[in-house]
Amino acid sequence: MKYDTSRARNPRSYDETDRFDIEPERYELFEGPRYQFEPDRRDFLKVLGGGILITLVWRAAEAQDGESGRRVRRSVLSAPQDLEAWLHIADDGRVTIYTGKTEVGQNIRTSLSQVVAEELHVPVESIAMVMADTNLTPYDRGTFGSRTSPSMAPQLRKAAATARELLVDLAAERLGVDRESLVAAEGAVRHEASNRSVAFGALAKDRKLTQRVTSDAETAAPEDWKVAGTPVAKVDARSFVTGSHQYASDVVRPGMLFGKVLRPKLVGATLESIDASKAEAMPGVTVVRDGDFVGVAAPSEPVARQALAAIEAEWKNPESSGEELYARLKRPQEDGGGGGFRRRSGGTRGSIERGMAEAKHRLQSTYAIAYVAHAPLEPRAAVAEWNDGKLTVWTGTQRPFGVQGDLAEAFGMSGERVRVIVPDTGSGYGGKHTGEAALEAARLAKEAGKPVKLVWTREEEFTWAYFRPAGVIEVDAGVDADGKLVAWEFHNYNSGGSAIAPLYEVANQKVQSHRSDAPLRQGSYRALAATANHFARESHIDQLAHAVGQDPHAFRLSNLKDERLRAVLEAAAKRFGWGSVAAEGHGFGIAVGSEKGSYVANCAEVAVDRTTGEVRVVRAVTAFECGTILNPLHLENQVEGAVVMGLGGALFEAIELEGDAVANPRFSRYRVPRFGDMPKLETVLVNRPDLPSAGAGETPIVTIAPAIGNAIFAACGVRLTSMPMVPKGVKV
Amino acid sequence: MAEMLELRVNGAAHQVDVAGRRKLLGILRDDLGLTGSKYGCGEGQCGACTVLVDGVAAKSCVAVASALAGREITTIEGLATGDKLHPVQQAFIDHDAMQCGYCTPGMVMAGAALVENNREPSDEQIVEAMQGNICRCGTYQRIVAALRQAAAAPTGAGDRQEAAS
Ligand code: FES
Ligand code: FES
Repeated sequence: MKYDTSRARNPRSYDETDRFDIEPERYELFEGPRYQFEPDRRDFLKVLGGGILITLVWRAAEAQDGESGRRVRRSVLSAPQDLEAWLHIADDGRVTIYTGKTEVGQNIRTSLSQVVAEELHVPVESIAMVMADTNLTPYDRGTFGSRTSPSMAPQLRKAAATARELLVDLAAERLGVDRESLVAAEGAVRHEASNRSVAFGALAKDRKLTQRVTSDAETAAPEDWKVAGTPVAKVDARSFVTGSHQYASDVVRPGMLFGKVLRPKLVGATLESIDASKAEAMPGVTVVRDGDFVGVAAPSEPVARQALAAIEAEWKNPESSGEELYARLKRPQEDGGGGGFRRRSGGTRGSIERGMAEAKHRLQSTYAIAYVAHAPLEPRAAVAEWNDGKLTVWTGTQRPFGVQGDLAEAFGMSGERVRVIVPDTGSGYGGKHTGEAALEAARLAKEAGKPVKLVWTREEEFTWAYFRPAGVIEVDAGVDADGKLVAWEFHNYNSGGSAIAPLYEVANQKVQSHRSDAPLRQGSYRALAATANHFARESHIDQLAHAVGQDPHAFRLSNLKDERLRAVLEAAAKRFGWGSVAAEGHGFGIAVGSEKGSYVANCAEVAVDRTTGEVRVVRAVTAFECGTILNPLHLENQVEGAVVMGLGGALFEAIELEGDAVANPRFSRYRVPRFGDMPKLETVLVNRPDLPSAGAGETPIVTIAPAIGNAIFAACGVRLTSMPMVPKGVKV
Repeated sequence: MAEMLELRVNGAAHQVDVAGRRKLLGILRDDLGLTGSKYGCGEGQCGACTVLVDGVAAKSCVAVASALAGREITTIEGLATGDKLHPVQQAFIDHDAMQCGYCTPGMVMAGAALVENNREPSDEQIVEAMQGNICRCGTYQRIVAALRQAAAAPTGAGDRQEAAS
């Protein structure tokens, strides 16, 4: 097996990340799919047992939106692999949607069901979703980048509308009436005049019909939605509250063994010597050594642990530069075209020099952003099983087909022989794009000749996953005598280029993101660098407002043109009661931002205890707009969740380093937000039914940190420029 | 060397091997197939593994199984009465108090322990009782609202236990 973590250690430059909207380290994403998905559509119906099948194809137009160069390439490939999703109506009327997307808590199982129910005129409960199974669902490049709502939802609406029209045609034929006299409702097509109706199932019976989605299929306008856009409860909520939902870590296979992997102290260490004889002597234990991979499979978890402990191994650790983190990050990387990004690394407009000459106030600051961990509550886990040279893996990942490709490559086999099944997963936040546990479990299972379950420990999850990049951001800005921004220079070292553009109207600007030699394996994270860039920008804007003696809200408005930004800013301020006076020891802060086509503003109230330095966030208002709302209940839940996660990174979350090793790989030492950290959270959802839906899982994380920082300044006059801001309280 | 012991889980007796100071969580998940209790940290920090021991919330990942002989253990699988959900389970659905749901079984068990003993918990008491449970998806505010509802539910825990006995 090729088991090479080094390639993942050196992330691609972030320019490509931002350009393609994906996490940086997975360069595989830039290749075509390894798995040539070639369903014969007739075979397909054989499997599904007849009925009506609506297939959804990648649209050429979609490929040109600049978001995926890869898709352009795919669309010119041979026809059968162009499927994106499909919808099947069985002869008992059951509707099943097949999509390669994964459910990680963002509730797309519910919201996608809703849009189909809306167009097909069936109850939400009658829809089943088959998701993220490489044998059953079409290729999908992954669930990330807030792409499901803007791309999959409208496509499925069209698929459902196409199905509905087809059913109406079939009913017209069957009833011998004009199609215009028919209506589809409640899973049947009705002919009012003769009071007759035919159920969808009856129409699908004994058929073997496939049809492609027609782009002219008419879909309902959001204003007319009755099911979509409403607060439908999580469709399978019951299975979670009863504990019956099976995550990857809950899967059990006959004869299954339990796996564990021997870890060196540092990622990238190489194996010098090993004595596994004691472990090998244990009954039922298989020890696998393959390159720098050492693991065991044992009949029970305790035995696996004992076996692992019995192995004596010497590792050679990679050299540590010993350099302080932020100093190291600021030293631009030599390769990659001279340190900066090659493409879309930023840009220049006007002249900073000229702008600064006009400025009355000039302000320079440096902001620092620590490494943070995703820490999904379900650690990486996989169950792998080999049968007749075929491999099946159950695992929690946001990229089922990517992991399928990784497995095929690692074991030198073709993709069709690898099946990856992703049960709805214990969250990811951008942290589960990779398939380490799947590879490890598969390697162990191959050797042991039995299925193997491997669940990462929390410590492994904190150490062997990847992190949101740390960064250093330098900002230099000028404002004229009227409080107008006239110059804006912004450099981000290492954390990335997402949302790096200023948002504000500035005639003279220079923004640039720089690649660095980073000590830890880093990758995607909810909203990527947009959090870091918003923290620096919105803290700096706040400083400028104070420098010119203006109210921070008014100062923002006077420098902002974008009407969607202004709308969320005003909505948050209004709900918060911006302009009122804070209590003694309290302070108010505000911040606004945008990323991935959605818009967010936060107002926060903090209380600072001047003697202990303790900072408490008392209240946080979030205004959020992402176009047409698909489900207000789950949207609000997502917004709140993102704000809570943002609160952790703002206040106390940080990976601590000892040399290049993670020093705090456990929840007792890596603090995440808990019940006691909760402010009163209020959410204002700004619905824009006139605009297409953008994703919502990421953007609402970006402005809570600067809003809190600005509130701390208002409360006690201390300007905090490092995230996390108050891991040990604030020194007043 | 196996060390067999009888454990009472969800009203049934099971002979299990508790050798090597095995923790309850592994026994529930791997030996008894009760995978509703989750592993999140293994050090008592996250609450994903929360069960009830004689009605009191306990973190099964740190609970040494051999100390639990004769105690009544309830897991998430044993909380509902037949098809009827416990008020805390229902309240979690009503308040959309979950996203990925991985923390949910532990949250529900910790919450059930709370409302069974306190039918009018203040928000401070809720926070105090739940502080050891992490929801990385950040649904805390919804969970607090759910627990307020569950505590006030007429078919609360007391009634449930009476009905069961
Ligand atoms: S798994 Fe038991 S407290 Fe985290
Ligand atoms: S719902 Fe995901 S951890 Fe709580």
